[in-house]
Amino acid sequence: MKYLEEFQNPELARRLLDEIRATVTRPWALMEVCGGQTHTIIRHGIDQLLPDQVELIHGPGCPVCVTPLEVIDKALEIAARPDVIFCSFGDMLRVPGSDRDLFQVRGHGGDVRVVYSPLDALKIAQQNPHREVVFFGIGFETTAPPNAMTVHQARKLGIPNFSMLVSHVRVPPAIEAIMTSPSCRVQAFLAAGHVCSVMGMGEYPELADRFQVPIVVTGFEPLDILEGIRRTVRQLERGEHTVDNAYPRAVRSEGNPAAQAMLADVFEVTDRAWRGIGTIPASGWRLSERYRDFDAEYRFSVDGITTREPAACRSGEVLQGLIKPHECEAFGTTCTPRSPLGATMVSSEGACAAYYLYRRLGTTPTPQEASPVA
Amino acid sequence: MCLAVPGKVLDIEERDGTRMATVDFGGVVKEVCLEYVPDLKVGEYAIVHVGFALQRLDEESARHTLALFEELGLLQEEFGDPWEAAAAPEGGDGAGGTPPAVRNDGSREVSR
Ligand code: SF4
Repeated sequence: MKYLEEFQNPELARRLLDEIRATVTRPWALMEVCGGQTHTIIRHGIDQLLPDQVELIHGPGCPVCVTPLEVIDKALEIAARPDVIFCSFGDMLRVPGSDRDLFQVRGHGGDVRVVYSPLDALKIAQQNPHREVVFFGIGFETTAPPNAMTVHQARKLGIPNFSMLVSHVRVPPAIEAIMTSPSCRVQAFLAAGHVCSVMGMGEYPELADRFQVPIVVTGFEPLDILEGIRRTVRQLERGEHTVDNAYPRAVRSEGNPAAQAMLADVFEVTDRAWRGIGTIPASGWRLSERYRDFDAEYRFSVDGITTREPAACRSGEVLQGLIKPHECEAFGTTCTPRSPLGATMVSSEGACAAYYLYRRLGTTPTPQEASPVA
Repeated sequence: MCLAVPGKVLDIEERDGTRMATVDFGGVVKEVCLEYVPDLKVGEYAIVHVGFALQRLDEESARHTLALFEELGLLQEEFGDPWEAAAAPEGGDGAGGTPPAVRNDGSREVSR
């Protein structure tokens, strides 16, 4: 119980844990979809506080991690062009392509800029009319609406030198892919709260029904996660499989209709390759025909790229919950956040990074390690 | 990058035909687009992701989440200097941001 001090409200955390303990009678495997949730879980040692019967499996919900190598290589090639200002969120800087990363491209003279918002990239395009400004548009349903709005604005304001390299992914098809995989052990999902803030919960009842899995929409604080687990375990023990909202302060069942309308206008659903997992049908978005002019893939010819995945990296298995990061041989030896072999080690939401930061080599953490001070 | 942070609206204005706000994230102030939560008012809170308000939030849960994020160093991860983080030597926190300083003095009052 020593980790309980880490919680903002240890009393409430203890009550939730007691209730989970009192409810559970047999082993259950729950997948937390979102990488942000994985970090909270590992940072606070939540997985270790739970009764042994409750196993948490880490899901593929880290946008940086699942962006396919081919797209990273395209980004690197565009970013290295002298006429281009390449804008990206900070998390992408160290994500390894086949032979370099954005940080190195910048070191060799590429004009790579980190922006906080895609609108910042649009501003840069307005200020630099004689340069091509390209924004790296990745992310799940939470990030897609801001990027969609930015492309919409670029067209409305007539900014010809702005384009976006788009590689957006959608959660529901990933859940379906996980459930139909022959090696699947997942019996319930903690769904990603902020994805549902945008999309609502309408896409989930069909999945819960078809695969007989409880899907509980869950937030990101330790108490949110414990509450999500409590509700999930209760459903599993009762043999129920419904969609439940354990994060009502940020999620309404209809989501954000304005954002959904913009998504439908700017993007169209497409098959996407997920790094380490492979192609999942209808699992992503690309710019729709109407916005083709703003598609960096069309503007710059970056086809015919040959990629080289490091053979040692098992991030595909990590992302599908088949192994835990420290079971990879490269973990903490040839693969560290400073010289990562896979994106799951470099991303601030990656599962390998979570284990490296908070749990080093799979040893039981001291409270200090579970919540590092240095 | 998927982290959405609660912030308080300080000021609202129309720019390039778009509703924009100045938003305070526990001390860090940023420009935020309000197009997806157009009826948000000055003084209210919202969940903000990459410069866009995505959903209104009540003040109590917003304050609570902000306090926790600050304590865990997540705000530094979100708003800190990414170049510095990418160039940082191998150490406690290689994946981004400055090592989170976690402190538990029990002084913060929490009600949920
Ligand atoms: S530890 Fe490194 S090499 Fe192993 S799966 Fe994770 S990212 Fe890949």
